[in-house]
Amino acid sequence: MTINFTLNGSAETVTLSDDMTPLLWVIRDILGQKGTKFGCGKAACGACTIHVNGEAVRSCSYPIKFAEGKKVVTIEGLGTLDNPHPVQQAWVEKVVPQCGYCQPGFMMATAALLEKIPNPTDEDIDKNIINICRCGTYYRMRKAIQRAAEIKANELIETSKTS
Amino acid sequence: MGENKKVSRRKFLVRGAVGTAGVLAVGTYLFRNPIRRQILAYANSADSPYMGSGVEPLLWFELTSANKIRLYSPKVEMGQGTFTGMAQLAADELEVPIAMIKVVHAPSITGNIDSFATGGSTSIASLWMPLRELAATMREMILAAAVENLGVPKSDLKIKNGVIKVNGEQITFAELAEKISEWPEVDTPELKKISDYKIIGKSVPRVDLDDKVFGAPIFGMDVDIPNMVYGAVVRPEHIGATFITADVSKAQNMPGVLKIVEEEDFVGVIAKSFIEAENAKHAIKVTWDAPTNLQLADIENKMKVGNGKPTIIQKNGAEISDPEVQMEFTTPIGAHAQIEPNGVVANVTEEGATLYLSTQVVAITQKEVAKRLELDTEKVNIVPTFLGGGFGRRLHTPHAMQAAVMSKAVGKPVKYFFSRKEEFQHDMFRPPTHHVLKANLTDDGNIAHLQHDFSSGDVAIDSALLPSALNSFLGADVGAIRGGFCQYLNIPKIRTTSWHVELPFATSWWRSLGLLANTFAWESFMDVLAEKAGKNPVDFRLAHIQNDKSGERLCNVIKTAAEKAGYQDTVINGKAMGFAASTDAGTPCAQVVELSIVENQIKIHKVTCVLDPGLAVNPDQVRAQCEGAIIMGISASVFEKMTVKDGQLNPTIYGPYQMALLKHAPKEIEVILLQGRETPGPVGEPPLGPIGAAIANAVYRITNKRLTSMPFQEALQNM
Repeated sequence: MTINFTLNGSAETVTLSDDMTPLLWVIRDILGQKGTKFGCGKAACGACTIHVNGEAVRSCSYPIKFAEGKKVVTIEGLGTLDNPHPVQQAWVEKVVPQCGYCQPGFMMATAALLEKIPNPTDEDIDKNIINICRCGTYYRMRKAIQRAAEIKANELIETSKTS
Repeated sequence: MGENKKVSRRKFLVRGAVGTAGVLAVGTYLFRNPIRRQILAYANSADSPYMGSGVEPLLWFELTSANKIRLYSPKVEMGQGTFTGMAQLAADELEVPIAMIKVVHAPSITGNIDSFATGGSTSIASLWMPLRELAATMREMILAAAVENLGVPKSDLKIKNGVIKVNGEQITFAELAEKISEWPEVDTPELKKISDYKIIGKSVPRVDLDDKVFGAPIFGMDVDIPNMVYGAVVRPEHIGATFITADVSKAQNMPGVLKIVEEEDFVGVIAKSFIEAENAKHAIKVTWDAPTNLQLADIENKMKVGNGKPTIIQKNGAEISDPEVQMEFTTPIGAHAQIEPNGVVANVTEEGATLYLSTQVVAITQKEVAKRLELDTEKVNIVPTFLGGGFGRRLHTPHAMQAAVMSKAVGKPVKYFFSRKEEFQHDMFRPPTHHVLKANLTDDGNIAHLQHDFSSGDVAIDSALLPSALNSFLGADVGAIRGGFCQYLNIPKIRTTSWHVELPFATSWWRSLGLLANTFAWESFMDVLAEKAGKNPVDFRLAHIQNDKSGERLCNVIKTAAEKAGYQDTVINGKAMGFAASTDAGTPCAQVVELSIVENQIKIHKVTCVLDPGLAVNPDQVRAQCEGAIIMGISASVFEKMTVKDGQLNPTIYGPYQMALLKHAPKEIEVILLQGRETPGPVGEPPLGPIGAAIANAVYRITNKRLTSMPFQEALQNM
C-alpha cells in the first residue's frame, strides 16, 4: 500500500506491506527522523507525540494508513536553532531537559495546547499535558509552558504591529 | 633528589599527535594507579570516585583543526548534567570559553572508560581533581610548545579566551598545533585558586540543551547504521522460568524474517524491520518450565526482618528487649521505568565488534560481549550514547551480548531493544524492604536507645558492577545499607542491623539505593518519637546531632530548611507541613513538604529543600537534580508499586504502573544550597532521601494516622 503525506512540509510517499504500521516507525526508520521517540508503544507515555493536521497524536499507536493526505509535523519541523518555536525558546530559557528523551513529546504536546488555549491556566496544563517524564522535570516544564504562552502572545502582538 | 621531585610532580604526560582525517589529537597518558587509591577511597566513604580503566594511553582531549576541543568523557550523560560540569572544570583551567569545548562520550577504543560505572552520584566529585589537573597540564603543554615554536619567553605569552597572545599578535591552539610534531613534556602545574575560577561555580546553561530541545539523534535508540536490520529476543513472562524448547517453524516463514538464532540461553529472531521482528518473536512458541503460583504475599512474607542473613552495621548498644515505642514500615518493589527502553546496535565483522548503546557500565558491557564472542577485549569497541534515563537500570546490559550474537549470525548490524512490557517484566527492580524500629526514651524526653532492623533484597550483592570484595560492608549489601546508618550520633545507644533476603527475581541499583526506604523508616520514626516526647520535630532532631563537622552540616541544613519553610507542626487551612532529613554519601539534605488531602488524594503544594553538596560546580544544575529527585521521590513514594500475581510481575505498562504526572508535581520547589565543604560532593541521589518521610509526616498531621507503607496513595485508601 502506498501512502502520501507531508512530513515537516516536504511531500513523502511510502510503500508498506502492512498499512497498520505505526506512523512512529515510518517517521523514524523509513524517513530517518529520530526526534520522535519510542517509549511504550501503547500511547501511554507520550514520548512519541507529534502533530497530525495540527492535532497532538501519539504516533506509536497511529496506523500509517490514517496519515494519507495529512500534514505531519515532528520536533524537527517545530522550529530550528535559528528560528525556534516559542515552546523551544521557553524550554531553552528555563533549562528544562535533563536526560531529554521525553522532551520532544512534551514540547509537541505543549505546542498543540497553545494553539487551542493560548493562555492556559494551571488546570488546563494539568489536564492536557499528561506525558511521563522520569527525571521529574515537571516543575520547570510548567514554568516553560507559561513562558511559551507569553512569548507566543508577544509574537502575535509584534506580527499585528508590522502587518 | 631534585629529579625525583620533578617526576612525582609529573602526574600526567600529555602528548600530541596528528590523528586521522586532519584532526589534531591530543592524547594524555594517565600516570598513576587509580584503582588502588580509589578502592581505598571507596571503602572509606561512599564517595566512590573515578576509577580509570588501567589502560594507557587514555585519550582525554582532541584539538580539532577548527580550534574546538573535544573532551572525551569516561562518564556518561544521563540527565545529571555531568557533561556540563566537566566542560566547566576543563574550560576554567584551559582558559578557553565553554563553547570551545565539546564533551563527547569516550568510546572504549580511547581507553578512557571508567572501570567502575557512571552512578552513585560520583561523577563530578570524582573528576574534580583529575580533570582540572589534566586541563591545566594541557594548558602548560600548549604554552611550552608556543615558547619553543615561537621563540619567545613564557613571560611574553598569555592564554586568554582560547587563543595564545604574543606581543600583540595572537595564534589559536589549532594554528600552533599545526606547527608541532613533538609536543614538549610538562609538569602538572599548581591548580588555580577556587576563588579565581570564572566558570566553575556559575550556572551556565547545559551544554546538551540545544541537542535536547531541537530533537538531535543523540540516544542509543537513535543509532542507525547502513544495512542495519532488527532483532528481537523471546523472553519468559514468569519469574524463574527456565527454557525447555522453542518451535520456530511458523516464525521462520513470516514476512521480513532473515534468521532465527537459537542459543543455549536465548532465542532471537532477526528481520528487516522492527515490526516484522516483533511479529515473528510473538510467533515463536517457547516451552518454559515456570512456577505459576508465586504471589505478592509470598514475597512480602519472605521480606521480613528476621528472615535471611543479618549483619550489624552500627553497634553501641544491645538489642532492645522492652521497647517503649516500636513501629514497622515497608516499601514495595519499584521499577526504573526510564522512558528510553534498553537497546543496542551491534555490528560484528571479521575485524571485531562495535556496539552503540545507552550504558552506565562501558567496561562491563565490553567484557561481556568479548567473552561471549570469544574476542580480545580490545576488539570490542563500545560507543556509549546519551542515555534516555539511567537511574541504575543501565548498570546491566546483557542485551548487548545478545545483539552481538545476532549480528554475528546474520552478518549485518542488528538493532534490538526491549518492548515496554519486557522493560517492566525484566527490570532489575528496587528491592522491597521491611523495617522494624524500636526505642526507649529518657525521662526528659530524649532517645536513650534506638534500634533499626531492615531487610532488603540484593542491591550490590550479585552485581557485576563491583569487585566482589567491595559489594559488602562487613558482609552487608553496600547498596541496601545506603541511608541505613543512623545520622543522629548523639544518641547513647544505637544498634542497626541489615538483613539480606534472597528473592526469586532480580533486584538491583535504583537511584539512591536503600536511601529512599531507610530514610522513610528513620525519619517517620523520629516524628513518632518527638511526639511521644512532647517535642517539636525539628528541635528533637537537632538535640540528637553530635558535635562534629558532619553534625554541624546536618544541623545547618535542618535549621535552614525549618526557617526558610517557616516550619510549624499545626494544620492551617487544611495544609500541613512534614519535615525530614538525611545524610547520604556525605551530603546532608533536609526537606519540608507542604500538602493537603483533597478527596482522599495527597496534594503536594510546596517542597523546600536544603542541600549541602559542598562546592556546587553548576548551582542551577544542582537545583535541577534536587527538583528531579523530589519529583521522582514523590512518584515512588506516593504512587509506584510492582506486584506479583500467579508468578508474573505486574503491571507491564505506564498508567497501571502509576507514576507522578505534571499535575502531581508541586508548583513550588525552593532549593537552597549550603556549602559546608570546599570541594564538590554527591548531588544526584541525596535529595531522594527525605521526601518520603516528609510526606508521611505531613499526612499524619492532617489525618492523625501514620502511613507505614509505600505507596502512600494506596495506604491512604486502605486506612
